[in-house]
Amino acid sequence: MSIWMAFKMAWSSIISNKMRTFLTMLGVIIGVASVIMLVSLMQGATNEITEQFESMGTNLITVNLPRNGRGRTLYMEDLEEFVQKNENLFAGVAPNVNGSAKIKYETESHDTSLLGTNSIYSTATNTPAEFGRFINDTDVENRSKVAVIGTYIAKEILGEGGNVENALGKKIKINGVYFTVVGILEEKQEGEKGTADDWVIIPYTTAQRLIKNKIVNTFSFQGASKDTVSEATSELKNYLLKFFGNENAYRVTSQQEILDTMNEMLGMMTMVLAGIAGISLVVGGIGIMNIMLVSVTERTREIGIRKAIGAKRRNILVQFLIESVVVSCLGGVIGLITGVQGAKTLGNMIDVKVAYTPSVFMLAFGFSVFVGIFFGIYPANKASKLNPIEALRFE
Amino acid sequence: MYKIYKMGSVEVRALNGINLHIRPKEFVSIIGPSGSGKSTLMNMIGCLDTPTSGKYYIEGQEVSKLSENELAYIRNKKIGFIFQGFNLLNKLTAIENVELPLIYQGVGSSKRRELARMALERVGLGNRLHHKPTELSGGQQQRVAIARALAGAPSIILADEPTGNLDSKSGEEVMQMLKELHQEGRTIVLITHDADVAKQAQRIIRIADGVITSDSAPTDEVKCE
Repeated sequence: MSIWMAFKMAWSSIISNKMRTFLTMLGVIIGVASVIMLVSLMQGATNEITEQFESMGTNLITVNLPRNGRGRTLYMEDLEEFVQKNENLFAGVAPNVNGSAKIKYETESHDTSLLGTNSIYSTATNTPAEFGRFINDTDVENRSKVAVIGTYIAKEILGEGGNVENALGKKIKINGVYFTVVGILEEKQEGEKGTADDWVIIPYTTAQRLIKNKIVNTFSFQGASKDTVSEATSELKNYLLKFFGNENAYRVTSQQEILDTMNEMLGMMTMVLAGIAGISLVVGGIGIMNIMLVSVTERTREIGIRKAIGAKRRNILVQFLIESVVVSCLGGVIGLITGVQGAKTLGNMIDVKVAYTPSVFMLAFGFSVFVGIFFGIYPANKASKLNPIEALRFE
Repeated sequence: MYKIYKMGSVEVRALNGINLHIRPKEFVSIIGPSGSGKSTLMNMIGCLDTPTSGKYYIEGQEVSKLSENELAYIRNKKIGFIFQGFNLLNKLTAIENVELPLIYQGVGSSKRRELARMALERVGLGNRLHHKPTELSGGQQQRVAIARALAGAPSIILADEPTGNLDSKSGEEVMQMLKELHQEGRTIVLITHDADVAKQAQRIIRIADGVITSDSAPTDEVKCE
């Protein structure tokens, strides 16, 4: 007897009991669908978070020196020298002189955050100017009074609305000193107040003078490439330890490290959730076994007839096994479609762009096939072992 | 041939030394009251069961020691069953029922269809190929069962009370058909408790309490031990 014939038999038995088959499949459908939905949504969320992090620059290594200036002082010049010595690992370093700024333009006034830095900052943190230009080396050298502003400032304070470009060349007062706007930053968060679009950047030399502090506590390093970031991080740590002689004097964090940790965490969460969803697949399998056992009892006479006219044990085994496998596969396929659709709908609802992973589809479907075989073997074996004489006598 | 069942401490000798030789192309009926062992004998002849002791040969091949699968093969190839209760699969159409033994013989689908159709035409149901058993009368169902028994071209037809569930007219038709099959050269073994049915065979074997009490045929060719 061919496998194809066994499939045809299984199919005719399945369609003669549609409702029961559907209910039996439901466990597998729910299992596969929930695994796919959860994994797709989690993967989508992970991708979005990763993307956001990458938009901040993946080669970024941030150094915090909370106690710089107490005891030894590390200056920008020292770090520039360090970067030059390690050209293979670092592309540059940008100081972060942080402060607050009171901006005045005509009658408008606004409190915002201020950053003094150099040209490296733009590439290290992926913060380009969309219009005009970023701070350049000449600005730093000359302590020029030039400013690059976020879109919120351009839109609301300078009153340019949609034409932020018009803000270029305007003069604004920062903490009482006139600055010329030379660049508008790329919009990051829809130009809202208090977001990453609400700030001003000026040359760090100018900023040091403006806030009257020569000591810089934060530096942004740009790694030479993604692959050498961890090497660069440890090199930097060595240098700082040598300089301060105390591990508590500095904190080095690389964007990649944070990203890796987060990916790991999210991956673990996905696994746990998928595992929980997978339990329903097992429950579905038990449902299949249950129904197959009922079906074997119901069809005892049929089995007796088949055996009397020459079905071998293997024929009966294969017939029932294929039936349970077909049920679980069908459940798997329906679950796959439901899962993909469900993830899409749910993703739209909670505003997450779902990411489909074919390997997960294969795994969920493969597991449903496995469940069909595993939970089908016992009933099929039971059917194949029936004694034809007794089975024929069965009413 | 002996078949002994143990029920607790009680020993039931369902077949208590049966010696029987059925020659090719014979039409034999086995008659006996219920509990006489005739059903057990039928199970033996039909290779559904094996004797506790003794030997059984079909066409010279000893089958009393065969495995379950080997017995299934013999049933499939050499024996056609006709049951009292028809034993058709109600979910399948007439032609699909007749195809069953051919499926297990491994006959390809188009040839199978053709053989099944021929068998149904042979029993006069050429116009009922795609009816389900529930849509047919008792006599028609039994004829489907006969077609199924014929389809695999077995040498032996084993009929267990084939007329038991039928009215007398259908019963006569079925008997007529069995006689025709006999004339075509098949060995027919008919098991019944009805003397009127039994006497239509060439040879009548009476059985009671697991032993043969009379055999209308010459006894000099007995081969079973």
